[in-house]
Parts: sequence; C-alpha cells; structure tokens
Amino acid sequence: MKKFASPIGLAAVVGLLLLIAVAIVGPIVWGDAATSRNVAERWGAASPAHPFGTDDLGRDILARVLVASRLSLLLTAGATAIGLTGGLIIGLAASIMPSRLRRAVVWVMDILLAFPWLLLVLFFTVIWGATATGAMLAIGLSGIPNLTRLVYNLASSVSGTDYVRAARVVGVGPVGILTRHVLPNIASPLLVQAAAAASVTLLSFAGLSFLGLGVQAPAYDWGRQINEGIGQIYSNPMGAIGPGLAIVFAGLIFTLISEALADQPGQGIGRLVAASRAAVLPTDGRSGESGSESTVRLNKSPDATATEPAEAAPLAEVKGLHVAFPDGGGGVVERVHGIDFSVSQGETVGIVGESGSGKSLTALALAGLLVPPAAVAARRRAFDGIDLSSELTQSDRRRLGTELGVVFQDPLTSLNPALTIGRQLTEVPETHLKMSRRAARERAVDGLEAVGIHSAVHRMGDYPHQFSGGMRQRAMIGMALTAEPKLIIADEPTTALDVTVQKQVLGVLRAAKESTNTAVVLISHDIALVAGFCDRIVVMKDGQIVEELSAGRIREDAQHPYTRGLIACLPDMRSDRSRPLPVIDEVVRPAERHGPDQFADGGSGEGDPSEHVATGRDEVRSLL
Amino acid sequence: MSVLDVEGLSVRYRSRTVVSDVSFAVGRKETLGLVGESGSGKSTIALAIAGLAPVRTGSIRISGSESTGRSRSARIARRNVQMIFQDPFSALDPKMPIGESIAEATRATGRRWTAQDRRRRVADLLEQVHLDPDRAGSLPSQLSGGQRQRVTIARALAGEPEIIIADEVTSALDVSVQSTVLNLLRELQERLGISLLFISHNLAVVRYMSDEVLVMREGRIVESGETETLLSAPRQQYTRQLLSAVPVLGQRMSFEEDLSA
Repeated sequence: MKKFASPIGLAAVVGLLLLIAVAIVGPIVWGDAATSRNVAERWGAASPAHPFGTDDLGRDILARVLVASRLSLLLTAGATAIGLTGGLIIGLAASIMPSRLRRAVVWVMDILLAFPWLLLVLFFTVIWGATATGAMLAIGLSGIPNLTRLVYNLASSVSGTDYVRAARVVGVGPVGILTRHVLPNIASPLLVQAAAAASVTLLSFAGLSFLGLGVQAPAYDWGRQINEGIGQIYSNPMGAIGPGLAIVFAGLIFTLISEALADQPGQGIGRLVAASRAAVLPTDGRSGESGSESTVRLNKSPDATATEPAEAAPLAEVKGLHVAFPDGGGGVVERVHGIDFSVSQGETVGIVGESGSGKSLTALALAGLLVPPAAVAARRRAFDGIDLSSELTQSDRRRLGTELGVVFQDPLTSLNPALTIGRQLTEVPETHLKMSRRAARERAVDGLEAVGIHSAVHRMGDYPHQFSGGMRQRAMIGMALTAEPKLIIADEPTTALDVTVQKQVLGVLRAAKESTNTAVVLISHDIALVAGFCDRIVVMKDGQIVEELSAGRIREDAQHPYTRGLIACLPDMRSDRSRPLPVIDEVVRPAERHGPDQFADGGSGEGDPSEHVATGRDEVRSLL
Repeated sequence: MSVLDVEGLSVRYRSRTVVSDVSFAVGRKETLGLVGESGSGKSTIALAIAGLAPVRTGSIRISGSESTGRSRSARIARRNVQMIFQDPFSALDPKMPIGESIAEATRATGRRWTAQDRRRRVADLLEQVHLDPDRAGSLPSQLSGGQRQRVTIARALAGEPEIIIADEVTSALDVSVQSTVLNLLRELQERLGISLLFISHNLAVVRYMSDEVLVMREGRIVESGETETLLSAPRQQYTRQLLSAVPVLGQRMSFEEDLSA
C-alpha cells in the first residue's frame, strides 16, 4: 500500500500488527501465567522474573497486561464500530432528508454534542448496569453525535459539488448518490477520524474501568489493572505504570494509523515532513516583507553583488530570477527559469501568461512575498534602492509595507472577515505611517472615496461581506492607496468580476497611477485586457519570458508564435463566426527548443495529444 | 417546435426572487446565448431547467413535455437535458474513473445497457471528444483542465440529450484551451444536431457561439435578438454598457464615463 510507504505509515502498520498478534495469542500463551496464583509472592515488586511485579494473588502483572489486551482492544473496536455505524447511518440519512427534518436531526445532534460525553456514559451505565458490554454500548452511543455531525458535514460538502449535481441531472437517485459519490469521497477523512476516535475510546474505557464502571472482576482490562495497581503504587510502581504503558502504546498506534491514513501529505505530521524536507534545501539568509522568505542563490555570479547606481535603477527589478519548489520526493522543480523583469516609476506593465507560466510567481518574488517552501534566487532583487536579497532593516520593512501594495484575485480571502473595512484600512496609516487615529481615519475615507465608494464615512463600519465583490476589490485597492504606494502589484484583480465591474476596478488603478504616478504591474491571462490597460506587456510561458511588447502595437509587433497564438485564439467581437477558432498548437510549447520549423510542420507535441486537434491549425499557421 | 420552451419562469429562494418572469425558446440545433453579470440569474435558469432549482411559477417544456415538478413524465422530460459545468475540477468525482462517470450518465437514456454495450459506448464517446478511449480508467486528477472539460462534455452526450446547457464552461480554462473546447462544442452540435443553451459573462465568446442572444440583468431579460443584430446595434443602455466594457485588443481602455459604485 502506497499510503503507508512513509516512516509513520510503517510504524503504524508494524504497531497494529503487533497489537493484533498480542490480542490473538496473548490469552493462549500467557493465560496460565496470568491466572496461576502464588500467594507467597503477592505484591511483589518488579523483578527479572516478574518485570511488572505481581498482584494481590501473586499473579504476574506483565502476563495479565498481555492477556488483557484482547478484551481492551475488542471493547475499543466494538465501541468505535457502534459510534461509526450510528454516525454513518444518521449522518448520511440526514444529508438526504427534506430540509425541515434535516434541521431537526442536526439540532438534536447539536444538543447531544453540547452534553459532556462522560455524563452520557454515566447515564447509559445506569441503564445497562456496570458491565463491560454496558460500557461498550455507552461509549459507542455517546460517540454517535460527534461522528454524525462529522459525516453530515462531510456529506453536505460533497452533495453541493457539481459532480453530484451532474449525477442528479443524469437521474441517479439519492441512495445511488450516497453510495456512488458521497461515501467514496468521505471515506478517507472518516477513517482518519475513526482511528483518532479509537484512541479516545481506548482512554474512555480505561477511565471507566478505573472508576469501577467498566469491566467487572473476575474479567479485567487495562483500566481495571491500573485501578488494582494504584493501591501499591509506592511498593510496586510498575503494577500501575505497566498497564498504563500498554494504553499509551495502543493509543499511539491508533493515532499513527490516523496520521498515516490522512490522505493529503499537507496535513498533520505529513506537513512537518514536507517542511523539514524544504528546510534541507540550501538556504541563506531570511528576508522579505514578511520576514520569513528564504533565499536560495542558484546561479550567483561573483560580480552580481555590486550594486548599480541608484539613479539609473528602475523602481523595482529582478535579474536572473529563479523560483523553485520541492517536488515532494526530495528534489526541486524550477518554475521560473532565470528571467529579468523591471518596472520604472509610474509605468504600467502587464504580465500575460496561462496557468503555470510563472507570471504570479514572478510578481510575488518582485514584491518579496514568496515564502518557503518556495525557493527564490536572483542575481539582483531590488525595490526602490532596497536590496531584497539581503537582510532587511526595520526601516526597509516599513518602507516596503507602505510603498508596495499588492492586490490579489480574491478580495474575500485577503480581507479579514472579522474586522470592519475601516479598521483594516486604518491599519497601514496607523502602524506604518505612524499617523494619529483621526488622521488615519481621514486617510482611509479618502482612500475609499478615491476608489469610487459612496458615503465612505458610513461604509467604514461595514464588514467585508457587506460589500459586493467589485466593491471589495476596490476597497483592497483603496487600502493599498492609503499608504501612497510607489508600486501596486495586481494579480488577476478582476478575474472573478464581471466586465462592467472589471472596468470600474481598472479605472481605479488607472486613476491612482495618474494622480500619484504609482507604477502598476497587472497580471492576467487576458491579453486584450492587459494590452488595453498597460504601457508594456511581458508574455510569459513555462517560466520564461517569451516576448516583450509595447501594448499599443501588440497586433503589429508580436513575433513569437505563442504570442500570436494567444491573440488569434481569443475570440473577440469581430471573430469570424463561420469558422472554427484558431487553437494554439501544443507544439508552440517546445518551439524555442526545436526552432520555428518544427511548429510550422505541426510535429508531435507532448502531453495532451488532443489539445491540438487540427481544427484551427491552418489559421494559426497563416498568421505566421 | 422548439426543443426548449420557457414561459413566465420565476425562481425564488426563500423571499428572494432570483429569476422573474423569463420567457424564451431554443430551436433544434440552435444555440441561445445567455449573457449578464453575476447575480443576473442566468445560472439559476440553467439549474431550473435541469431540475436543480425550485420553480416558483411558469413552465419549462422540453420537446413539448412539461419538465417542472416531480411527476414521472417531468422526470422523463428532464432526461433530455444535460449540463456542463463551469469548473471541470469539481464537476468530476475525484474518486471515480472518468469512464465510470460517463457510463453512469448513460442511465439518462432510460434504456438498459449491457456491460459490454456500455463499455463500447464510453469508448465511442471518449473518441467523439478527442480523448484516447484507453484512458477510461484514469482518475480526473490524471487529466489536464481541458481534458476534464472534454470528459464532462462526453458525460453530457452520454445521456443522449436534445439540449445541453453549458454554464460558463470555459471561464475556468486557459485561453488556449478555451478555443479547443468551444470548437469541440460547435463540432458536436453540428454532427449530432443538439441544441445549446450557452451561458457566459464573456460577450465575445457568447457572440461566437450563439445564434441568438439574451441579455439578463437582476433576474429579468433586458434585451434579446439575433446575435449579430443585437450586438452591433443594441437598443438598451445596459447592453451598450456591457459592450463598452469588453476589452478590445489594440484599443486602449478609457475610463472617463464611469467610476460609480
């Protein structure tokens, strides 16, 4: 099983097998030792013959711990199974009930959840009496509300997806949807949870038996053994610690299993492993606005450290920029391959490219915002005289915080939902510009008015969710403007917005540029948009700059087949509707490596062979 | 007779009216484009036609049979509609091989399929969308965004629908992939004679795909008509506003007139 091909997975599997083996053979092998009485040796301390000592009848405690593993584990498994089955049935059923009934079920479960589980267990114990089976039922049932809630939440999130909708359109019924789509997709988080729950259940049992409410004499489990051993804790500490160790060991194994089952390597301990791998990558120095960016110098030439005269330098620039990420297998994948990029004061530059072209990485590296595991290397990385590749001083950090504004695609994730817009807009002027609260507020109101938000004074008290998408994006820009930045980097700022709102947002950026001579880097996949807004366009592909063009003459000047393809395949209001759209042949991809002839020949591409169905190839070719 | 007839359709969620009194028709082999801002109700119309949104008033007829409600005849009528969603990443079950997803959709035909027939049909559909039939066992995660969108197209075709609703099918895709998907849709429509309800906020894409266009705003139809006529000589201010906001390559955007909230 691939899932367990990690040290944790291996430990979990070995541990589980060990537990199962002991549970099966324990009573057979050590059964006699566990029951043979030897009153002469009662209350014996730990010795080589009896590593955990002996109990009141002189029986070997280690043997009893090993024998008790069967009962302890069976009860744990039983209770976990009850909780899981109940949770699955109620949770799944609730997810397909009509909304009123569903709300009622969830409501009841929420009330039960708010009830302390131990109280529930005690309640059930009263009903069924203090027996092992009673305790198992009690613990199992008291685990149901929790698991029901989990199953219900997981199932609801799956039910809302498009693939479930598609299945419904196709005519798959509710039960079919549960078994075909919901269960397979919630199974793995559920297993993780079940393994974690097993470890809690084990502890619950130990607790109950310890209190005398669980397993009753003459039967015994680990909890009862602790209870028995605790009386002699001063003469034979191992009598209580021994069974305790067994509980800790089994609990640890359950937790490890849960960890190993966790599907995605980004979770839990898996994340730690990934992080430590990233840390093994050579790093030198920490820098960046966030103070946590690691810088790797991949191709550092000796003369590159000589700083160029500040007057001639553009506002922001990177030279020989490389960005790499760990590939998950110990190596690294380079995503940006040594590019040069610069912005001058008051200039608007567009970076165009498709997903994976490295356009966002380039801009983030320019802003010093890439954090590990991203590894950044450049011969030179500077913003307005600040060398971003060296250790930053406090004042450099403050300057970066105010003079460089960044606007992301989704304003909902970049604005804090719990704070008012006003609070977030006054933060920069107050903390970075050291303004008084009143002055900061005035500045923030000005910022909102500058981005065309009416009655800004009143809207300062609103929360982000009270703003529409376009307003949030304008507020983000307004926030950047409060600091009078010299450079605004806008990464797909309008991709989630409608055309009319897009125009408003870009209008705000344009106004900022015109009134304060702010430089703007606009990143987008839409070449028409970028060309309409910017002075200069940089076309990126596969981590390299393919071409740099003046925006006004893009149609005339574009030379590279990829740029031409991008222009040609984008339908506009004049496209010929009677013909298929030109497509960018995948062959354009390796064009730099094979030369333009390869492209014209339409040779075989890599990756998706059908991505270049020949429908529009002639059109692209005729452009060349 | 039209393949799809929508008359006086209104959809309400709780007390909020999302679509009010919308009527339109889509003829055989025709493409009707639906444009409008987010929140204009265009996606809700799509969901209502597919039976996934509650219809308050009005009727939806597919090839003449009423498709709203829970009756058996409505369910059978709805089988003739299939849908392609915006995000090919969430539109496919991550744990289900793509061939299985397509096979599942053959249920919508209402016929009984033998395992062998179904397998053959899946292979045939994959070929129709220019994917290698040998990849039927692949999981969605092994495919690129464009390939996944083809799989969802194949799945829509598996139900042998008379009309396909394409809701923002290219807005999550790269432009180079967008053109191949649009070409594929047109090619399949030509070959199989399917009608298309094509929803997008991208006017240029809608213009390229549609015979007729419907402009929507706040749940109502603002303007409708033959594509070229409507977009070259819009009668409504709102349509003109939409058109002027579309960036045109080689033209510098101007921002004088707006900047209002």
